[in-house]
Amino acid sequence: MVQINGKPAENAAGLTLSAYLSQAGYQPAFLAVERGGEIVPRAQYDTTILQDGDVIEIVQFVGGG
Amino acid sequence: MTVTVNGQALETGARSLFALVPDHAGKVVILNGFQAADDLPLAEGDRVTVIEKGVLPPQDILEDMMASRHSPGVFEKVKQARVGIAGLGGLGSHIAFALARTGVGHLHLVDFDTVEPSNLNRQCYRICDLGKPKAQALAEQLMEVNPYLSITADCVRVTQDNAASLFSGEPIVCEAFDAPDAKAILIDAVLSACPDHIVVAASGMAGYDSCNDICTRRVTSRLYLCGDGKTAARPGCGLMAPRVSVCAGHQANMVLRLILGEPSP
Repeated sequence: MVQINGKPAENAAGLTLSAYLSQAGYQPAFLAVERGGEIVPRAQYDTTILQDGDVIEIVQFVGGG
Repeated sequence: MTVTVNGQALETGARSLFALVPDHAGKVVILNGFQAADDLPLAEGDRVTVIEKGVLPPQDILEDMMASRHSPGVFEKVKQARVGIAGLGGLGSHIAFALARTGVGHLHLVDFDTVEPSNLNRQCYRICDLGKPKAQALAEQLMEVNPYLSITADCVRVTQDNAASLFSGEPIVCEAFDAPDAKAILIDAVLSACPDHIVVAASGMAGYDSCNDICTRRVTSRLYLCGDGKTAARPGCGLMAPRVSVCAGHQANMVLRLILGEPSP
């Protein structure tokens, strides 16, 4: 099972990060994704495959500054 | 014993603050960062600053006086630090002032925009700054607050392509943009290309909900995030000085903690 933002994400294992984000309705342009203590570079979203045991945090930025 | 008085080492037999400074009446007397109203015991290595109000001190002791309310040991470390600030609006201008007052030795200020009237509700600019590039207007003000800083001010737009090279010389970078996609671009570009850099970012500081919801958290060892994480600027929910400056204070204090070797948020 893949954990995303503290919750189990069913059927996420085996997907690319891009595919998961799209399926879950995220807009990649507003995100930072942490996996295993590092930020995943955006250029690697297409080639990063989610695996059983991954703990992922998706940070969604909101406007204002 | 030896104490430091206004930046100069002094051998003294005095065992208390007011024995060291007998003419203290009407002056500001600071012992190790604390403005003393009462006589306090002195110890070897203490740092004492004596300031005569209304008198412009000589240049060579002004910087020491300016930092005399700092906690001991802070000034020497921040003086060596280099910090980048990406975006000079409500967040970036307040972060810059806080770090300049703290004496962070080098600040790299970057913003493509010019000052316009709607900025004045939350950003550290003045009527006389209207129309100026923000980087220039801010650098001018900061040099009036702390002339001992080194400042690089760039009026350029930060992009995916230039972010890493722009901030290659500053190992700590504050993300202080308004637009959420710009926030994500800076974090991605800097953390991907600069393996030792740390980004202190912000998300969620609009409106006038409680400031107690604004906090600092550590997303990874190289990314900190300040804000309430959710309150976006949108029609019906504006951006105002109190919450924006609280969030900027979180970012500036996290930068200070990192400089001083305290990585916990």
